[in-house]
Amino acid sequence: MEGDWLGPLMFVVAFALIFSGYPVAFSLGGTALAFAFVGVELGYFDWALMFAMPDRIFGVMSNYVLLAVPFFIFMGTMLEKSKLAEDLLKTIGMLFGPVRGGLSLAVVFVGALLAAATGVVGASVVAMGMISMPVMLRYGYSKTLASGVITASGTLGQIIPPSVVLVVLADQLGVSVGDLFVGSLVPGVMLAGMYAVYVSMVAFARPAAAPALPPEEREPLGLGLLARVAFVMLPPLVLILVVLGSIFAGIATPTEAGALGAVGAMVLAALNRRLSVQALRDTMDETTRLTAMVVFLLIGSTAFALVFRGLYGDIWIEDLLTNLPGGKVGLLVVANLAIFILGFFIDFFEIAFIILPLLVPAARILGIDLVWFGVMVGMNLQTSFLTPPFGFSLFYLRGVAPPEVTTADIYRGALPFIVIQLIGLGLIIAFPELVTGLLE
Amino acid sequence: MDEPPVSSIRTAGLRRLSEAIDAAHLLLGRGVAVLTLLMVLLGAYNAVARHLGKYLGSNLSSNAFIEGQWYMFSLVFLLGAATTLAQDRHVRVDVFYGRLGPRGKATVDLLGTLLFLLPFCVFCIWTTWPAVANSFAVREVSPDPGGLPRWPIKAMIPLAFVLLFLQGLSEAARSLLRLGEARAEGAAAAEGGEGGGR
Repeated sequence: MEGDWLGPLMFVVAFALIFSGYPVAFSLGGTALAFAFVGVELGYFDWALMFAMPDRIFGVMSNYVLLAVPFFIFMGTMLEKSKLAEDLLKTIGMLFGPVRGGLSLAVVFVGALLAAATGVVGASVVAMGMISMPVMLRYGYSKTLASGVITASGTLGQIIPPSVVLVVLADQLGVSVGDLFVGSLVPGVMLAGMYAVYVSMVAFARPAAAPALPPEEREPLGLGLLARVAFVMLPPLVLILVVLGSIFAGIATPTEAGALGAVGAMVLAALNRRLSVQALRDTMDETTRLTAMVVFLLIGSTAFALVFRGLYGDIWIEDLLTNLPGGKVGLLVVANLAIFILGFFIDFFEIAFIILPLLVPAARILGIDLVWFGVMVGMNLQTSFLTPPFGFSLFYLRGVAPPEVTTADIYRGALPFIVIQLIGLGLIIAFPELVTGLLE
Repeated sequence: MDEPPVSSIRTAGLRRLSEAIDAAHLLLGRGVAVLTLLMVLLGAYNAVARHLGKYLGSNLSSNAFIEGQWYMFSLVFLLGAATTLAQDRHVRVDVFYGRLGPRGKATVDLLGTLLFLLPFCVFCIWTTWPAVANSFAVREVSPDPGGLPRWPIKAMIPLAFVLLFLQGLSEAARSLLRLGEARAEGAAAAEGGEGGGR
């Protein structure tokens, strides 16, 4: 048919324009509009389709699942702005400090925990980079190990529930948020465990790279420390477990659990006398900005998808993906490669809103379990964010690391964790039960 | 040397316009941000009320409360979008953008605003308007008993794009000013720093 090339061209142009650096949401919207015009001029596109836009926007507004996004952002930002996250990192550092490699274990542990709360890569890498990097360096940790463990632990937020990322992913895949949370639990904890094992191995083999805190710096392991641990560590841990538990037990929907979690975070801050007007205002401002950013990205990509479908671009992609040599395996290889490479340049939400909707129909046709697919995508993106030279996590750390840590240190530090990620990715592909096991 | 260049009268107007729009949106953002807190509190109340209500056998929540949650969510992102733009927090892919000089960045921003943002806003206002007008004409109300009127929240969609459009004008003005500054600096540098005073 005449105009068949418009869909593929639109795809290419949209990507080129996204790379101009203009905000993605509006680049997509503008591209959609331009191609709609061209399509109409060529008699290939029906302008009436564009009047579906208000309905789509209204659909986003009344989407009960997306409502959980600002709630989880609020909860995570509250923990961060009230400095509860910082206390957590310091206290766990003290607890693990006397052990060789203890500080880095603390980073993995807190990374997993914070990740669960915030789920935004930037936030946890920046927080841990600012708080624990100087401490690790002061006590003689190798720069590569210190950077590696921070960048990697920061990306755990992609995959450990309850994260914003998983909520959005579930919405785009059309699976239940609860199922995706359950499915990602084992792989997420498994990765954190593998990080911990690696860090311990380094500490054992090369004690100089990950020394224990010198005796004079240790807090005596007595009632005082135990009390601090109980006061600082348990409450956020309990908060996250309660949020997750209520979802898993089917008592609360993810949206309800998110709202309660956000209130819980405020209560914790208040109990610690940290619920200042400033912290609250910062949290509200940040929640507004992130929510507006995420939702407008969704609106921009909705406009893109509307026109792209009108130009039969979706059929083009679907044909392309379902006719790959190797069927299912072919699709998985292409999907993984595409997401991995795109993850260098574009952040999680763009991939979820633009790329995922293109992959999902083909995955469904080929009979791929979408919960498993979502976890795989999350883990893949995590790896992508860690891979030099473009990984987001590496950039974020570069931004806050002291100057004596070179960019090369950060790159080298990430390498072992990339290997761990690839092993993890291989494991869930080889043993899908790791994801689906708990769901049955 | 201290004499203002001829164009400064025009640039002063542009700057004032841009600053006024920014200031208005930052103020609006302050107000919208409070909604996130109210939304969290209402969401938590609804969650507790649903369970407590089941236990007590009476309905503690209502459709109005449940819809109130997503009304506030909608207000947060619809009315917060312009503020987010004013603070440059809409996500960019900055692999190349981050390496551009001030002039390159200003050019991308100016072209993007004129070619993408402003037309997209006009398009969204134009397509949503009939839907809002219809909704208002019949005074559309939630289909659920005790629900909220629908037309006001629908009217927020075109309003959001009007605000974004205004912020787009401010961004375009600022990009123009930055381009002018970059050019003036370039010229000053070319003259070997002579007469570089602003």
